[in-house]
Amino acid sequence: MTTAYRKERIDRGIKARSDDIFALSSYREALYLLVPRVLPVGLLLIVPAILLGIGETYWVKIIIMCCVFGALALSWDFMHSAGLLSLGQALFFGIGAYIAGALNASFNLPPYLTIPIATIAGGFLSTLLMSSVLRLRGIYFGIISFALSLMLARVIEATHLLGGTEGISGLATFPNIWVEVYLVVIAVLFCLFFFRRLINSDYGLVFRGMMENDRAVMSGGINIYWFKIQALFIGSTVCAFMGAFMVHYIGTVGISVFAMDYSILPVACVILGGPGTFAGPLIGAFLLVPVSELMRAFSTWRIVFYCVVLAFFVIAVPEGIFHFIQRRYHQLERKVEVEARQ
Amino acid sequence: MDSIIIYGLVYSMTLALTAIGLSLTFGISGVANFAIGGLYVLAGYLPWLFISNFGIPYPVAVVMSLLISAIIGALIYQLILQRVRGYLLAEVIGTFAIGIAILETIRASGLVGFGAKIPPFIQGTTMLLGVPIDFQRIFIVLTALILIGGLWLFTRRTKVGLAFRGIAQNERTALAFGIESDRIAMLSLVAGSVLIAIAAITILPLGLIHVDNGYEVLIIAIAVGIVGGLESLPGIILASFILGFSQTLAAMFIGTHWIMVVFLAAIVIVLALRPSGLLGRFKEIEERV
Repeated sequence: MTTAYRKERIDRGIKARSDDIFALSSYREALYLLVPRVLPVGLLLIVPAILLGIGETYWVKIIIMCCVFGALALSWDFMHSAGLLSLGQALFFGIGAYIAGALNASFNLPPYLTIPIATIAGGFLSTLLMSSVLRLRGIYFGIISFALSLMLARVIEATHLLGGTEGISGLATFPNIWVEVYLVVIAVLFCLFFFRRLINSDYGLVFRGMMENDRAVMSGGINIYWFKIQALFIGSTVCAFMGAFMVHYIGTVGISVFAMDYSILPVACVILGGPGTFAGPLIGAFLLVPVSELMRAFSTWRIVFYCVVLAFFVIAVPEGIFHFIQRRYHQLERKVEVEARQ
Repeated sequence: MDSIIIYGLVYSMTLALTAIGLSLTFGISGVANFAIGGLYVLAGYLPWLFISNFGIPYPVAVVMSLLISAIIGALIYQLILQRVRGYLLAEVIGTFAIGIAILETIRASGLVGFGAKIPPFIQGTTMLLGVPIDFQRIFIVLTALILIGGLWLFTRRTKVGLAFRGIAQNERTALAFGIESDRIAMLSLVAGSVLIAIAAITILPLGLIHVDNGYEVLIIAIAVGIVGGLESLPGIILASFILGFSQTLAAMFIGTHWIMVVFLAAIVIVLALRPSGLLGRFKEIEERV
């Protein structure tokens, strides 16, 4: 007698009542849930070690860039989840970079001091700069942040402060590439899990409320400007940290830290990956940044490329690829034996 | 003193001219078009290309440039905005991306060489109140006044103009009154693009065409809109005068690189005092703040 098989959705038996409460009955079902969560993290931690072990540094550098842009994208996504549409990640990034560079150049502070100081001070300064325009919503806020980043570069150019057009070079760098890559990988993973936790907490609920309907949050007796300031601070510290890291990674700081790449590419990563998911933007960064590194020879064509990706995904795949992958994974089926009829 | 008044006036009208494109599309009919920076530089660049490479006479080149801007506006609506109408984030990011793509394509292709320049309508200068001023600057003031006056009449006296305002106020009610909101929104985008192209052709002869002009235009349009109140045409004029004169004074007494700082200071002060813009109304508070 031949055995008959039928197909069965794996997730149906696991999901109890809702999408994030699970009922597990075997280690295989636990694996079904763990693999997509643990595998990317594990890969991100192990792959750099393997690459460095075989003496490959080019791809490790690309992983570093992916993490830097991934963190910028995460912070964009966080700000967006709090109702702040920022088009000026370069502003926060550049402020962190210049604080770290200036501290290192004028007081000779080592990187393990300049980076924390630049992270916190950069967050404060960015929040202070933007706090008055926080009353603006949507694109108005976005354009001001975009304009501020272009403008700060021009102020530095015009006033010759902080090295002017040439920038400051000869800054302290990290002892070796292991420190560089693991610092940035751990930072980006920390951001990912921190943001995911934060946005689902009661505190994060206020942020999500501000995005969905800020009038309703206001009528709940919550001061949304105070919460917007907090969201801005959290988001901009991440960017400032990455700015400070980049300064010590390449050893120089110049007005290129305010370049549009740092504003546009994170947005492109988020839109490609799927806004609001945090994991999506990171996937977006790991897809887009290598492509953009390969296009380095084409200089300004890269921005055209990001913009085309941006426009295409906004129209064609507005949910982002993360939701697509997630849906497909949940639709996976397994074959089960059909019990013989009596 | 006279020179401050004259230059301040000219500069204010330059700001107003750049702002009305965005004001019509985004302020009056509520359709996002943040590709204006790209359209502006493209509209100034095309006549130069036609004249210097193909030897097309200047008036024909200008008309072609305006037509192409109109077509691009219609395409942006058909290809991008129509698919994402109502989802503001997508509207904004989509059009913003297209604008930057246009600008950076022009930059990357190296087509705007050094010395790209379009000719003024009439060469020459004249004296006004004892201040030398070229005819092109007088044209800027005239064009700005005519366009703002025309726009004011258009949005209040003609059916199409009323429809422009109608779809922003309540799209469903507008539909119920037989206004095809898709067609009107597309017309609004076309009109906004043409206005930006007119601004480019009028303003750009004053200097060399540079890709960064596009970013400046976007910032100027937004700043004027925020200070004056985007949907209010008198607000646009008032904001242009405030920003124009404060910038002229800043450029004369502090230095030209502080011009952009004046914009931001003005925005910050206005937002602190009147969040909906100087002449904006309550409805805008809900939309912007």
